[in-house]
Amino acid sequence: MHMHEPSAQGGPALRSPRPAPARAGHEPVISVRGVVNRFGKQVVHDGVDLDIYRGEVLGIVGGSGSGKSVLLRTMLGLHRPTAGQVFIEGKDITQMSEAELLDVKRRYGVTFQHGALFSSLTVAENIQLPIREYFPASSEALEQLTELRLRMVGLPLDAGTKLPSQLSGGMVKRAALARALALDPTLLFLDEPTAGLDPISAAAFDDLLVYLQRALNLTVAMITHDLDTIVKTCDRVAVLVDRKIVVDTLDGIMSNDHPWIREYFHGARARAVPRAGEKR
Amino acid sequence: MLFESQRTDGALLLRLRGSWRIANVAEIERALREIGGERESRFEIDCSGLEALDLSAAWLLEKRLAELRTEGAQVQFVGTVPGHLSFIRELIERGPEPVEPAPPGRRNWHDVIAWLGRISISRLRETMSAIAFLGRMAVTALRSMRSLQHLRFASITRHIYETGIQAIPIVALIAFLISVIVAYLGAQQLRQFGAEIFTVDLVAIAVLREMGVLLTAIIVAGRSGSAFAAEIGVMRLNDEVDALQSMGVDHFEVLVLPRIIGLIIALPLLTILADAMGLAGGALLSALLLDISLTQFIDRVQDALAPTTFWAGLVKAPVFAALIAMVGCYRGLQVRSSSRELGRLTTIAVVQSIFLVIFADAVFAVIFVELDF
Repeated sequence: MHMHEPSAQGGPALRSPRPAPARAGHEPVISVRGVVNRFGKQVVHDGVDLDIYRGEVLGIVGGSGSGKSVLLRTMLGLHRPTAGQVFIEGKDITQMSEAELLDVKRRYGVTFQHGALFSSLTVAENIQLPIREYFPASSEALEQLTELRLRMVGLPLDAGTKLPSQLSGGMVKRAALARALALDPTLLFLDEPTAGLDPISAAAFDDLLVYLQRALNLTVAMITHDLDTIVKTCDRVAVLVDRKIVVDTLDGIMSNDHPWIREYFHGARARAVPRAGEKR
Repeated sequence: MLFESQRTDGALLLRLRGSWRIANVAEIERALREIGGERESRFEIDCSGLEALDLSAAWLLEKRLAELRTEGAQVQFVGTVPGHLSFIRELIERGPEPVEPAPPGRRNWHDVIAWLGRISISRLRETMSAIAFLGRMAVTALRSMRSLQHLRFASITRHIYETGIQAIPIVALIAFLISVIVAYLGAQQLRQFGAEIFTVDLVAIAVLREMGVLLTAIIVAGRSGSAFAAEIGVMRLNDEVDALQSMGVDHFEVLVLPRIIGLIIALPLLTILADAMGLAGGALLSALLLDISLTQFIDRVQDALAPTTFWAGLVKAPVFAALIAMVGCYRGLQVRSSSRELGRLTTIAVVQSIFLVIFADAVFAVIFVELDF
């Protein structure tokens, strides 16, 4: 099995119409080193290495039960790995105290698979919650900042007064993104951001993500099963197979000859990918 | 200070300095309020001295500058404009116009009437849906009586087990303790008249007629009424109820009726247990406190009780059971779409079923007096 070192120069020129992410000095924002996750006898990760560079979008793929969510939770500091280290901006979060970890958590935004909006709060209150929790903003400023987040994710401004249960699937994802952006993070983790959306909403969400990522130079790590999303948004793709990880540009991954990866990217359901590739 | 101002010819030059980040939001707000302090017709903003400007701070700044513009001032940037500010301009151009919050209109008599109307209609709807629930349940029950294969014996037994057998320890303990308390209080008061022996009458009649069944019903309402509402509510949230209906399975037959029948069987049995434990508690306390031996106690109980006393308590149990189970199922089925409703309706189910149990008990009391039962 090939272990690709993350290619530093971005993809080949045909890879993307987007400017190659700025990787000044190869500075990784997140470095995962030799992470092992074991639950009882079941080994989920056995020595996972991964670098995520500033300003790039990394897609994480893998079969059901391959440990995508565990990897994400490990990077978020919500789960301590059995062995190995996770560096965020050069600091090892697996060795941090709760207080230090809190400081790191304040700098990243996360959206969860089903939105995880607090169902008893309105969308506006959901967005304001992290700000209220940390900073003494006046209610006027909170309202203005809520307006900013709603505008950023393209929600109508009266969506703020609604409860999560009154929103459509696409709006829930956008509201979750708005909440994730509440503290101006530079690092964004997304767990299946387009799962359960119709293709049009999913495509709109991809566009939004690319727009925000470029405008704010965000670093994004996302778990996704949506090949269209991968093609449209990701600079590099990390595939979890055989308890390890393979990282490469999309083209590199596409020419990988691991049977599972080939099946994933060239199987019947993946026919859309080359077509989307031609259009580029 | 996050900015310093300098008067130039005809304009106020604001040099922004320091760290404009959401972490300093309180200072930023203070600084922004000061910016408009001097009435000025032209402002020039210089961002070259900024250490940091994040999107939130940029937005708050832009909002304040927009306010100044609407007040008639000219606002210009000198030097380079930070990237976030141009992003914000773009956002405002792309995005929807801000919705003006509805003016806090005066409350007048229109509103009162509208409010009354809304309340009445929602109460009316509630009543209608409760009647519909009763009707639907009656129809399902009748159908099940005609052909027994519509009765789900497996699920009825499960509910008898969960609501009856699993409740035995708590019901037994509470019945025992309450009758000890009643006996203790009774003995203390009756001793003043030298009529301690009547403590036995007090305990026996109170437990058999009222306390046994009422306490059991209240415990079961808290335990099983809430469980019914929560179980059925979760099934609604998972679309399981819709799945049943789509298979052509009547959810009343599968979900509601077995719970009601199960509880109607379980609650009387629990009541008998509670009666027995209550008498045991009375016997124990009489032996310890009043020196009444067990044989004396039993004799005395037999004298005190009319043949109907036991039945006057027990006959209420199935009625209470039906009330508790129906309220639980009805509230559970009302859950739509959000987990918040689940909690609210479960609470309502418990409170309402306890209320209905006590109300029904009062009605029974009146009827029994009239019947001389």
